[in-house]
Amino acid sequence: MPTVLILGAGSDMAVAIARRYASAGYTLQLAARNPAQLHALEQDLRIRHQVAATSHAFDALNFDSHLSFYQSLPAQPDLVICVFGYLGDQEKGQSDWQEASRILHTNYTGAVSILNVAAEAMAARKNGMIIGISSVAGDRGRMSNYLYGSAKAGFTAYLSGLRNRLFHAGVHVMTVQPGFVDTQMTQHLTLPPLLTAKPAEVANDIFKAAGKKKNAIYTKWFWRYIMLIIKSIPEFMFKKLKL
Amino acid sequence: MRKQLSNWGNYPALDCEEAAFSVDEQLQQYVDSHEHIIARGNGRCYGDASLGEHSISTLRYDKVLAFDEATGEFECQSGITLDQVLDITVPKGWFLPVTPGTKFITIGGAVASDVHGKNHHAEGSFSNHIISMQVLTGKGLLTCSPTQETDLFWATCGGMGLTGVITTVKFRLKKIETAYIKQKQIKAKNLDEVIRLFDEHKHYTYSMAWIDCLQKGDSFGRSILIVGEHAKENELNDKQRQAPLTLPAKGKLTVPFNLPGFVLNNFTVKTFNALYYAKNYKRVIENVVPYEPFFYPLDAIHHWNRGYGKDGFVQYQFVLPLEHKDGLAAILHRIGEKGWGSFLAVLKVFGHQDDLISFPMEGYTLALDFPVRKGLFPFLDELDALVLEYGGRLYLSKDARMQQEVFWNSYPNARKFERIVQAYNPGGKFRSIQSDRLQFNYGSNNSNS
Ligand SMILES: Cc1cc2nc3c(=O)[nH]c(=O)nc-3n(C[C@H](O)[C@H](O)[C@H](O)COP(=O)(O)OP(=O)(O)OC[C@H]3O[C@@H](n4cnc5c(N)ncnc54)[C@H](O)[C@@H]3O)c2cc1C
Ligand SMILES: NC(=O)c1ccc[n+]([C@@H]2O[C@H](COP(=O)([O-])OP(=O)(O)OC[C@H]3O[C@@H](n4cnc5c(N)ncnc54)[C@H](OP(=O)(O)O)[C@@H]3O)[C@@H](O)[C@H]2O)c1
Repeated sequence: MPTVLILGAGSDMAVAIARRYASAGYTLQLAARNPAQLHALEQDLRIRHQVAATSHAFDALNFDSHLSFYQSLPAQPDLVICVFGYLGDQEKGQSDWQEASRILHTNYTGAVSILNVAAEAMAARKNGMIIGISSVAGDRGRMSNYLYGSAKAGFTAYLSGLRNRLFHAGVHVMTVQPGFVDTQMTQHLTLPPLLTAKPAEVANDIFKAAGKKKNAIYTKWFWRYIMLIIKSIPEFMFKKLKL
Repeated sequence: MRKQLSNWGNYPALDCEEAAFSVDEQLQQYVDSHEHIIARGNGRCYGDASLGEHSISTLRYDKVLAFDEATGEFECQSGITLDQVLDITVPKGWFLPVTPGTKFITIGGAVASDVHGKNHHAEGSFSNHIISMQVLTGKGLLTCSPTQETDLFWATCGGMGLTGVITTVKFRLKKIETAYIKQKQIKAKNLDEVIRLFDEHKHYTYSMAWIDCLQKGDSFGRSILIVGEHAKENELNDKQRQAPLTLPAKGKLTVPFNLPGFVLNNFTVKTFNALYYAKNYKRVIENVVPYEPFFYPLDAIHHWNRGYGKDGFVQYQFVLPLEHKDGLAAILHRIGEKGWGSFLAVLKVFGHQDDLISFPMEGYTLALDFPVRKGLFPFLDELDALVLEYGGRLYLSKDARMQQEVFWNSYPNARKFERIVQAYNPGGKFRSIQSDRLQFNYGSNNSNS
């Protein structure tokens, strides 16, 4: 059975993704800052789906550790899904560099650092797949979250370049851009119910699209059209909006 | 997130904040940073028991921690719902020891309401099958069981979340050979006959009856008694026997009858009623059915509760002790005269129960729905007085309106329960608008610690 490595495995979205892959029989490698918190999930996956699961310590901001983290995994993963992210506090980040850099480094630099490692390993083996969870927020910067959005924009561009490169090595890269998802990250926000996906729906979309080797998806699907409209608003108008 | 929250009866609706957690640290943080909170499972209690200024949803705290397929011991976090538990255990030959009439409730809700099923007379309520559990109380995370920290254990079973948030529960499952039930449906002409039939069939593990509340005269209380046992493998037909522990594909499940939607309209009520009886033209029908339509006939119709409209409804469930079962007729008469209730009610027998604050007591329990309307609550107050007169009480998990003295006068251990709540939840950090309505005295944060 193939092995999937989930980076940032403790989040609601990651739990849903782990369960979706476990139900298809994958072996799971779960990685998070505090692996003790993953113990319950590990048991849960084993009991519900009769799969093997292991937990590993991983911090996206600890760039220097990424190579040894990857090399010490019990098996080389066939699929790596980069789920971690940090929405952060936009307003705080505007004047507090610590907050701003944490947003940028978690969503962009940290993701690039670990996926560089995974990419090298897969390119050498000439197989594997990488899935990166970016965001619709990366499609256009908005006043309410452009620090996060710009990091996700960078991540989206990185994934597209990586896809281009790894295509020639037989490795597939898929970009996922979720819209609103009902998770811990968005708990404090009031989201429009009709536009908001459950983590399990996102996980299902990802699983299905990965099976078809899609290059880039929006989830739920209608965000493609919402973002088309948002991207088509002329800048002279867009800048006047309070989004 | 701030939202309008209501439970299954859509009454009351409260503008409040609901948060969620998936790991212990998040729960602890939330508990530490909020003055008043109440745990909320899947919101299947009908009234206000899991509503409060800040409710904390357990639904993401849903991991299975252990399942011993040899002994049937199962341990999980409190937010997992019964349908998920069944999906995991039934294929391995294990069933829930006790299940209510819907599988969309959480294990935490099953404990906090100490739920009963159709097997109460034979196997007791949910608490009877708990090995141990952990509760995040006002005094930290504690483990309790029937032999350890017993005050906390008994005040948590049926304690409506007032001792704290139940985090993990370890309980015993029940061995089954098949995913099927061998059931028998028996028509009863009236209330007397159905009570007699209950008695005749008390050796069955599962039993309940649907009572038609609108009939008068000789047919007063006419009903259908449904009894059943887990089917043995040799009781299945050839097709079922190919995969005895697997339910037939979804969608093919037959719903024995359609209840909701028409409940509000007397005309359709009568039409459906006639049809319903015509369908069961034989007095006794025996057959083998998958467990789903047997235990969860209403689950096949999602959100049937919305059929009652936006004002919502309350479910009125009371129990009368065995020696006052005559009270059933009196109360049913009052309900029938008024004509405000749903036309069908559920009748069950309870066996003996020895505990602190749970609803069941040896006797008969009846449940029916009342759409919220002007004058309903004064009428229900009158019914409450009757229930108390006959030595009965109301189920907190269905309640949205009872006057506080009704509770204090009908639960003999209520004050003892209150003292235990004061010890584990000093100052009342864990409280709902129900416990406030019932005027719980939570004690003070300092004097008790
Ligand atoms: C169609 C239908 C049929 C039903 N049939 C029956 C039946 O046959 N027998 C029966 O007994 N009940 C029955 N019920 C009622 C239902 O089983 C109970 O109300 C149950 O408690 C609901 O659980 P929940 O997970 O939805 O919790 P909620 O409704 O959200 O909460 C119920 C209570 O449990 C508390 N609670 C929930 N989780 C926790 C936790 N982790 N820690 C501490 N407290 C917690 C809440 O504070 C609240 O007091 C039925 C309900 C419906 C809708
Ligand atoms: N929710 C949405 O509406 C939405 C929309 C679009 C895109 N997304 C993206 O979807 C992904 C999952 O989001 P979510 O909503 O599930 O978010 P979440 O609940 O906030 O979870 C974020 C996860 O990232 C982890 N993380 C943060 N910093 C980390 C670090 N330095 N090292 C390792 N892990 C770190 C967290 O781990 P800890 O458990 O250790 O804190 C947590 O598991 C994110 O990439 C997010 O940007 C979400």
